[in-house]
Amino acid sequence: MQELKDRARELLADGTVKRVLGWKIGDLPYNPEPAYFETEESLKDFVYNGFCGANLSKYMIEASKLDGKTMVCLKPCDTYSFNQLMKEHRVDREKAYIAGVGCKGKLDIEKIRKQGIKAIERIEGAGICDEAETLKIQTVYGEKTCAYADAMLERCHVCKGKEHKIYDELIGESKETADADRFDEVAAIEAMSPEEKFAFFQKELSKCIRCNACRNVCPACSCRKCVFDSTKFDSSQKANVDSFEEKMFHIIRAFHVAGRCTDCGECSRVCPQGIPLHLFNRKFIKDINELYGEYQAGEDTGAKAPLTDYTFEDAEPSIVGKRG
Amino acid sequence: MSIEKKEFRPKIVAFCCNWCSYAGADLAGSSRLGYPADVKIIRVPCSCRVNPMFILRAFEKGADGVIMCGCHPGDCHYSTGNYYARRRMTLLFSMLDYIGVENGRTRVEWVSAAEGVKFSDTMNEFVEKIYSLGENVRLGDLRCRS
Amino acid sequence: MQRIGVFVCHCGSNIAATVDVAKVAEMALMEPGVVHAEDYQYMCSEAGQAKIAEAVHEKNLTGVVVCSCSPRMHEATFRKAAERAGLNPYMVEIANIREHCSWIHKDMEEATKKAVILMRAAVAKVNLNTPLKEGESRVTKRALVIGGGIAGIQTALDIADAGYEVDIVEKTPSIGGRMSQLDKTFPTLDCSACILTPKMVEAAAHEKITIYTYSEVEKVSGFVGEFTVDIRKKARHVDMDKCTGCGVCQEKCPSKKAPSEFNRGLNKRSAIYTPFAQAIPNVPVIDCDNCIKFKTGKCGICAKVCQAGAIDYEQQDEILTEKYGAIVVATGFDTINLEKYDEYAYSQSPDVITSLELERVMNAAGPTHGHLERLSDGKAPKEMVFIQCVGSRCSDDRGKSYCSKICCMYTAKHAMLIRDKYPDVNVTVFYIDVRTPGKNFDEFYRRAVEQYGVNYIKGQVGKVIPQPDGKLLVQASDLLDNQQILKEADMVVLATAIEPNPDVRKIATMLTASIDTNNFLTEAHAKLRPVESPTAGIFLSGVCQGPKDIPETVAQAGAAAVKAVGLLAKDKLMTNPCTAHADELLCNGCSTCENVCPYGAITYEEKEVNDHGIREVRRIANVNNALCQGCGACTVACPSGAMDLKGFSNRQIIAEVDAICR
Repeated sequence: MQELKDRARELLADGTVKRVLGWKIGDLPYNPEPAYFETEESLKDFVYNGFCGANLSKYMIEASKLDGKTMVCLKPCDTYSFNQLMKEHRVDREKAYIAGVGCKGKLDIEKIRKQGIKAIERIEGAGICDEAETLKIQTVYGEKTCAYADAMLERCHVCKGKEHKIYDELIGESKETADADRFDEVAAIEAMSPEEKFAFFQKELSKCIRCNACRNVCPACSCRKCVFDSTKFDSSQKANVDSFEEKMFHIIRAFHVAGRCTDCGECSRVCPQGIPLHLFNRKFIKDINELYGEYQAGEDTGAKAPLTDYTFEDAEPSIVGKRG
Repeated sequence: MSIEKKEFRPKIVAFCCNWCSYAGADLAGSSRLGYPADVKIIRVPCSCRVNPMFILRAFEKGADGVIMCGCHPGDCHYSTGNYYARRRMTLLFSMLDYIGVENGRTRVEWVSAAEGVKFSDTMNEFVEKIYSLGENVRLGDLRCRS
Repeated sequence: MQRIGVFVCHCGSNIAATVDVAKVAEMALMEPGVVHAEDYQYMCSEAGQAKIAEAVHEKNLTGVVVCSCSPRMHEATFRKAAERAGLNPYMVEIANIREHCSWIHKDMEEATKKAVILMRAAVAKVNLNTPLKEGESRVTKRALVIGGGIAGIQTALDIADAGYEVDIVEKTPSIGGRMSQLDKTFPTLDCSACILTPKMVEAAAHEKITIYTYSEVEKVSGFVGEFTVDIRKKARHVDMDKCTGCGVCQEKCPSKKAPSEFNRGLNKRSAIYTPFAQAIPNVPVIDCDNCIKFKTGKCGICAKVCQAGAIDYEQQDEILTEKYGAIVVATGFDTINLEKYDEYAYSQSPDVITSLELERVMNAAGPTHGHLERLSDGKAPKEMVFIQCVGSRCSDDRGKSYCSKICCMYTAKHAMLIRDKYPDVNVTVFYIDVRTPGKNFDEFYRRAVEQYGVNYIKGQVGKVIPQPDGKLLVQASDLLDNQQILKEADMVVLATAIEPNPDVRKIATMLTASIDTNNFLTEAHAKLRPVESPTAGIFLSGVCQGPKDIPETVAQAGAAAVKAVGLLAKDKLMTNPCTAHADELLCNGCSTCENVCPYGAITYEEKEVNDHGIREVRRIANVNNALCQGCGACTVACPSGAMDLKGFSNRQIIAEVDAICR
């Protein structure tokens, strides 16, 4: 992290960038938050550790409108989102100085809590440079330990790889974390009976409070104005009732980002209700891969997106019933 | 006050493209090839005009089945519209299936202007399927039920 | 709020026998916005239309719903009626209660219920209708024809004869195309050059036609009526105005090693050359790759011998920018590359040739001066084998899936001509099917078999093996006799599949004209609009649209010309008002819509917007109304809902959905 901080200081000092987009220390040891740093002095609060899960690429939409360059810290998976935004003309490459930062998997505080570790005061081993396989967690009840891998976000277990797809310089080492198949969860749901599927999603989606955190964090969901907020579809958001509303919202949201979603997993990370929202996006990705050929949004800025492409031989919609 | 159990009559929305399927429906009409009155057709210029939101909206408002008809692949009046529609609908239907909505409630069929018989057969088949599935309860807004 | 009038048509008894029309009218009055409702026997009649006008005036209607037959029948009628009454024609919607209701239902109660719902949906839509205005755009009264073969020449002549200026852009140094390479034509055995040359001369002499040879289309912008095209005139290095076409330069040119394109590489030509004797213009070009002057700087003989002083080594490519109202694509075809068909030994033996090469061999101006001889040793052949469908009707990806259409006939022609001129030569044709639909075609083929004794064998050739003695061993199967055949031949002729000129893909992209997987340009409608591209203002002539023979090509060329003239004859174009448009406050500028637009109608502009007080320059989609055909693909591709379609807006369709599900 020190290396990153030093580079940030240098780039600010020599005028290469006007500001640094990174993370600053939060109120608690596990909630650093995205922040701009405009002076060398302010960098004292700069932090980069295992809890810096936030994908900063979306912030570049606004940062692209500012004067001068912004140094933006992007983890390998975040670079896919940046590429995708660039393809959609939402971010300006010229306005970004991309520091490709290393990643050894990001941590999920909920996973730590689920192990019964509460009232956390301090966490050791979450730093990006320490090689610790184990987190040492100081709590008011004394020191607890937890394996790093057991505290990782779901998305890191199915990581796309630690290669940065776009960067100006690379800072820090990465460590492969993938140890599960990305589509296992989706496949498990696909194998359920319609009743089980319905019950599963009914249970999950009934938790939705329409807080729009998923929408706000999603780099693909970056419309100036969401259709659910505009009068164009007579579909303005309504109060939460036990109805189709949430399903409609989440299906349409997933549909709108289909072929554009890089599977960064931010929607699930930020959902205050813990809804596994990535299951929607990943279902579309799985279908796209199976029906139209492997496609990874944000990997290649020149590739045609699956929903703006076609072949004469494409599967008919009736394939859905036939696949069983 | 007596509560009568009403006979189930499904509400079925059919989106038809102007150039092929709507004309196919016209041909079914002029050929007097009947299908149940439960089907109501909405004319759109092309199948690619059908937004998944329209389909979900129909279900939300109480439709029991939604079918979309367009020109056969390769015959689209606008060359490529139905190709895009095909991908969109495939993904949407797959998603509906994934969240546990009966797959039979949605359908896409390519019907040319010359296929009055196919139009009528398709509608008969689809309505029958919806009858067998019964009322749509998994999609649909409870507030819209009367 | 709209003031809507609902008019329910009886259509005699067509509707009224099954639908309670009075009830529909009565129910209509309960719908929001409806201020007038009536039923009448024939709404499409003069009297019926007068009723609409009357109600528009008396009740100040702002919208009209006619519950009648299909909009495909009378929408235009009722729109015009409304327009005459002073209403915007696009404030009219039709509820189709005949084809979609009365004609398919028997039960009156059910049919009436459905008719009411269809009426409601139409009323719900009209409530959201807005007046639409057809746009206008100018027409530049000049056409461009891309390709100077028989298709392009005929199209240009027909357009020019109708009184419009036409430019032909031809890539090679002369017009004439493939037809100029043919020796005779089926089924009449006319000499190809004898019927083509007069047309070439006529085109060149026509005051309305300008021919740009050795030129290519470089860039196309604009849209129907107003295309702007950049044409690259490649440097000929010969001054077109000074050259007299005497031909001395070609005679004296010391570099004579370049394969002659015109003779399909079967002989050589000089570095400065005209492709063939009747070339138009009769002005040579210098092939810089083979010219000693260009390669070494030393030579310059052509300049020395040219009495007219026409040689100009310094000449540069020139870019012309012209405006056109219509563009006709006539880019023609070539034969496929045979490298994937090595079993026929095309690359191994000079005596295995394509049919187009045989045309040159048989032609008096060809490499053998018209004598049928083996290209390896110049000996006269005794056994000739023709192999049909080489690369055509192919089920794997080596060749083409389609039938090249012309091969059966030209093979019969070749066989007949050879048997006629050289009765001692045996001719065997291996075929899958013989396809001879066309006027006098089957008679022609039968003559080849019955009068000329051409030996037709149904079966495919597996392999052609060059023998040490120079003969070719043909391994084939006879499907009718179910036996294997081994046959020695002196020459083998391959009826090679044709494919669209490879450059057509580039041209299609420039024109945003759609193209199929075989690189044939797609027609607007396979049956009803076969010579128009779906892209407005682009017309198709000849093989670029699909395999065809000369008479078909000429017929299609004429048809394309008529369509182009029909466009050029207009002073202005009325554009469909039901086009897409982007809400600039909602547009993300993400380019998704552009990617699905089949017409290239969407471009982006950096535009300053005022979004509730925030002024900023944004990238915003801009729809060209002259190009947009109103399919709506963009509206669904747009995630923010910024893109909407006039006449079929999101809210209108949702209102219909809601009305039906109510």
